[in-house]
Amino acid sequence: MAEKEKLVEVKDLQVTFGKGRRKFVAVDDVNFDIYKGETFSLVGESGSGKTTIGRAIVRINPVTKGEILFKGQKINGKISKELDTEVIRKMQMIFQDPQASLNERAKVDYIVSEGLINFHLYKDEEDRKQKVQNALKEVGLLPEFASRFPHEFSGGQRQRIGIARALIMEPEFVVCDEPISALDVSIRAQVLNLLNSLKASKGLTYLFIAHDLSVVRFISDRIAVIHKGRIVELAETEELFLNPLHPYTRALLSAVPIPDPEMEKQKKLLVYDPSVHDYSQDGPVWCEIKEGHFVYGNQKELEEYRRMLK
Amino acid sequence: MAEKNVILSAKDVEIEFSLRGRKLKAIRKCSLDLYEGETLAIVGESGSGKSVFTKSFLGMLDSNGSIVGGSITYEGNEISKYKTEKEWRKIRGKKISMVMQDPMTSLNPLKKIGVQIQESIEMHRGLKGDAAKQEAINMLTKVGIQEPEKRYNQYPHEFSGGMRQRVVIAIAVACQPQILICDEPTTALDVTIQAQILDLIRSLKDELGMTVIYITHDLGVVANVADRVAVMYAGQIVEYGNADEIFFDAWHPYTWALLSALPQLGVKGEELPAIEGTPPNLFTEIKGDAFAPRNKMALAIDYVKEPPFFEVTPTHWAKTWYLDPRCPKFERPANIMGYKEKIRGMEG
Repeated sequence: MAEKEKLVEVKDLQVTFGKGRRKFVAVDDVNFDIYKGETFSLVGESGSGKTTIGRAIVRINPVTKGEILFKGQKINGKISKELDTEVIRKMQMIFQDPQASLNERAKVDYIVSEGLINFHLYKDEEDRKQKVQNALKEVGLLPEFASRFPHEFSGGQRQRIGIARALIMEPEFVVCDEPISALDVSIRAQVLNLLNSLKASKGLTYLFIAHDLSVVRFISDRIAVIHKGRIVELAETEELFLNPLHPYTRALLSAVPIPDPEMEKQKKLLVYDPSVHDYSQDGPVWCEIKEGHFVYGNQKELEEYRRMLK
Repeated sequence: MAEKNVILSAKDVEIEFSLRGRKLKAIRKCSLDLYEGETLAIVGESGSGKSVFTKSFLGMLDSNGSIVGGSITYEGNEISKYKTEKEWRKIRGKKISMVMQDPMTSLNPLKKIGVQIQESIEMHRGLKGDAAKQEAINMLTKVGIQEPEKRYNQYPHEFSGGMRQRVVIAIAVACQPQILICDEPTTALDVTIQAQILDLIRSLKDELGMTVIYITHDLGVVANVADRVAVMYAGQIVEYGNADEIFFDAWHPYTWALLSALPQLGVKGEELPAIEGTPPNLFTEIKGDAFAPRNKMALAIDYVKEPPFFEVTPTHWAKTWYLDPRCPKFERPANIMGYKEKIRGMEG
């Protein structure tokens, strides 16, 4: 593989909530790199910690162990004010629920330009208005929508406002936390197309968090499967669908409904049983089993996985 | 297949809501026959009226809505004429019951799980006290909840999303209804849990001999569960047929659009064919085919005259002018051509 520029590196990440006896380890021992210009997806069920990782990267959740690098610079824990400002600008987030993530009492104009106002990233009022209008146009909304309130918009339009708000900061890296789960089928395709075209025109890099594997397959370059706070498998999209190794990945893939009544009715559902792993003597490791294909398992399992590779 | 019994029949149903003095026509002359023992899926985007339509079978319309035309017949009774709660209670929960979308909000957080199941058993089946409790525990076992005696005394917050949905299903089937309506039963759940819940509903259906209506917008779920599919748009059923007829030989442009927006058909790096525009405003009268303004290949007549239903096969009907013998030659959208092969190619 050619040398690809690493935009974000996550090393031995651990995130915990609570203290002492009530401590809960949400994410443990997570390692991955995101290359510039790619769409990297995290998939897993609810409660697996995928959103926590996304939020840890944009500095919303504090990290207990490990480090996160952005363009080679450490950005977790205590950092200088200048770096903080830069990170906030360059990393943006799009949230899941467009009904809940927009301030009901603010106009679109303010919602979209809030980031600009916070960091004084505009010359004068004229310039700010211009930027808002451009951002709205880019996501396919009319500039005159700026004077309206969020409740006047449909779900798809609200999600576009959420995207415009992230774009106006001219980010390089965007965390999309289930951006289409709350949307209707017909709107889904529109928002996916928008995300894809923005990626191409602005050279964005996405961390895409989702649980719908059919969408993930369409949009991502690489996929990491996460279960109970640990990444169990990571590979390029087609490789993962062709050679799912970890039993959890296989169970997850088997559960995705196929829009074909004949196949869907014959399909056999696999159920993941974590007790198949015997880690009492032989501890599991994070291993690159094939170029670009990582899986979590102990030596005995890895042996078996190698045999399963097509 | 042998002659099937029609268990519930809706004819030309029209439902109106009055909102701030204006009339919104949510269902515009919608007809449907439900056959005994089948699983029917109703598909459509939000606002197409699929929930409203099925809620009218239970008398669960909001107070500002009413059936203004047509009729719904169940067991020889015209239930669309029912007015009082007393009349509805003979059917609702007992003969026809419903599983709602969100298991987080459809249970009472202040009452024990067991009591909530027992409530409907006591009301409709005449069992009291210990007998009802025993039946509630049986129901919990039936929907696959471990340690039912212990779970009986727990509150909804002690259950996960999938488990809560199982409880909601237990409540719905506790009185062994003839018809079970599942309104997006798995939208709020993870894929792995979703597959389990769909399996559960299927096995309960076989065990209790129920007829099931699914309301969903996920075509994958439809493929999993449905014998027959009805596609709804702007308050009307626009196409219905057996599941494979809808997936492999669709005729209505809206069905085409739904199929082609599937990400499974998408080619990486290319645009997914999205459905542009928005559904029509139901406050105003709709002229012609409601989908025409969003249909890139609409015919001139689509804007003028509403199409009738045309027969494709005796089980498959579509409401579109494309089936009229006078219709000029046309091609279905390129990306649903070879649909079967494409989907199967993906799954390898």
